[in-house]
Amino acid sequence: MKPIHLLGAIPFLGILGGIFFVNRVTPYVLGMPFILFWLVLWVVLISATMAVIYRLDPANREEDAA
Amino acid sequence: MIALGIIFVFLAASLLLGLRARRGRDMDLEQWSVGGRGFGTIFVFLLLAGEIYTTFTFLGASGWAYGKGAPAYYILCYASLAYVLSYWLLPAVWRYAKQHRLISQSDFFVAKFESPLLGALVALVGVIAMVPYLVLQLKGLGIIVSVSSDGKIPSHWAIVIGTVALTVYVTISGIHGSAWTAVMKDVAILAVVLILGIYLPIHYFGGFEDMFQAVDKAHPDFITLPTSGMSTSWFSSTVLLSALGFYMWPHTFSASYSAQNERVFRRNAIFMPLYQLILLFVFFAGFAAILVVPGLKGADADLSLLRITTATFPSWFVGIVGGAGLLTALVPGSLLLMTSATCLAKNVYRLARPQTTDRQVTRLAQWLVPALALVSLYFTFNGGDSIVSLLLMGYALVTQLFPALLASLSARRFVTLAGRSGHRRRCGHGRRRHPLRCHGRQSDAGSFRRPSRT
Repeated sequence: MKPIHLLGAIPFLGILGGIFFVNRVTPYVLGMPFILFWLVLWVVLISATMAVIYRLDPANREEDAA
Repeated sequence: MIALGIIFVFLAASLLLGLRARRGRDMDLEQWSVGGRGFGTIFVFLLLAGEIYTTFTFLGASGWAYGKGAPAYYILCYASLAYVLSYWLLPAVWRYAKQHRLISQSDFFVAKFESPLLGALVALVGVIAMVPYLVLQLKGLGIIVSVSSDGKIPSHWAIVIGTVALTVYVTISGIHGSAWTAVMKDVAILAVVLILGIYLPIHYFGGFEDMFQAVDKAHPDFITLPTSGMSTSWFSSTVLLSALGFYMWPHTFSASYSAQNERVFRRNAIFMPLYQLILLFVFFAGFAAILVVPGLKGADADLSLLRITTATFPSWFVGIVGGAGLLTALVPGSLLLMTSATCLAKNVYRLARPQTTDRQVTRLAQWLVPALALVSLYFTFNGGDSIVSLLLMGYALVTQLFPALLASLSARRFVTLAGRSGHRRRCGHGRRRHPLRCHGRQSDAGSFRRPSRT
C-alpha cells in the first residue's frame, strides 16, 4: 500500500462511512439539505483528491520525460 | 408542431455527424471498434463519463427523486467513487489491451486466462446483458419523444426511426460515430439539465432551500434516508458494489481501449466526478415536480421531468428537451450495439471458425449491427417483464467478472498460477463471491429497471 493509495481510500470513507452520521435535513448548506450537501461536497473533494494524486504520482512524471 | 420539428433537427444532425465521423478512415476492426486507439482526453471523457447520462438517468434519476426522495442521491455517488478506482484500473487494462491488440472485453479474458472458450462465454453473457439494456434505452427514447411531441409521434414510430438512424451510423462509422454524437449529446443535455434544474426551483419556489423546505413540509422524512428499507446501510452497500461493477459492462470496458495513452484516464479521473454534479440538477427538477405535478404513482414517477417541462415551458423548449432526450438514447445505444456485434463476430464466430480472416470478421461485425438492432426492436415491442428479469440476470452475470479482472491485474497473479490446471478453479473464484455481488447488482439494476415499466 503506497501513500497515494491511502489517499484514494479517503473518499470511500467520506461517503460510505460518513453517510451514517449525516442523514439529516438541517442545517441547510447552499440551499441543500445537509445529507445532500455532504455528498456533493465529497464529489468535489474526490475531484480535488484525484488532482493531488495526479500531481504526486511518479507515473505521470515518467511519461513527461519520455 | 414546433417541438416536433426541433426533435427531427436533432435526429438529422446526429445522423449527419455520425456519418461524417468516418471520413478519411480505412475501417478495419480496430478502427471501427476502438477508434484505432487514438482518442484523446476529451473523446474518452465523453465516451466514459457521458455514458452515465443515458435515457434512464434523465428519466430515472428525476423519477427516483420524485418517487423515492433521498435514496436517489446514491446515483450521484457510485460513479464518482468508480472514477477513483478508474485512476488505477483503466491504465492497467488499457496497457494490456494495447500490448495484445485487444478489441473486446472478452479478448481481455481470452488473453489473461489463455482460454478462448472463456472469452466466448464472456462474450455471450455480455450480449445477453446488453440487449435488454439496449431495449430499455429504446423504450425510454419512445417515451421521451412521444411525451415531448405531445403524442404527435407515437412511441413505437419514435423507436423505429431512432433505431434506423442509430443502426446506419454505427454500421458505417463504428465508435467514431458514437464519439461525435456524444459531443452533441453532452452539450445538449448539459444545457437542458442546467436550465431545468435552476429555473424550476426558482420559478416555482423562489430558491433551492425554499423548495426543499416545501418538500420537507409536505412529505416529512422524504429528503433524508428512511430508517428502514433504503436506509443508510442500504446506501453504503449499494454505492460500494455499484462502484466496483461500474466498468464491468462490456461496452464501457472496451470503450476504454480507444484512449491514446494511459494519462488520458488519470487526467479524466479528476474531471469526471465534477461532471457527476450535473445529476444534482436532475434531482432538483425531480424534487420540484413533487409539488408542481403531484400524483404520478409508481412507474409513472419517471415521467415527472417531462411532465413538469411540458407544464412549464413553451413548445420550442420542450422540443429541445425531447431532442436532447433522443440523443441520450442514441449514444449509449450505439456503443451497446457495436460492442455486442464485435463480441459475437470476434469471440464467438471466430472461435467456431478459426480460419476467418480479419476482414471477414470486420464485415460480419458490421452486418451484425442491423441484425442485433432488429432483435432489440422485437424485444422492445413484444417483451414485457421478462426483459426486466433478463437484465437483472445479465447485470448480475456481468459483475461476476470483477473478481476475475482484479485477480488478473494483481501483481501476484494468484489466480493464473493456481488455476493453470483448468478453468474450473477460475470459475469457482468468481462464484464464491456470487451472493454478495448479486445482491448489490440487483439493487443497482433497479435504477434501470424501474423506468422500463413506464
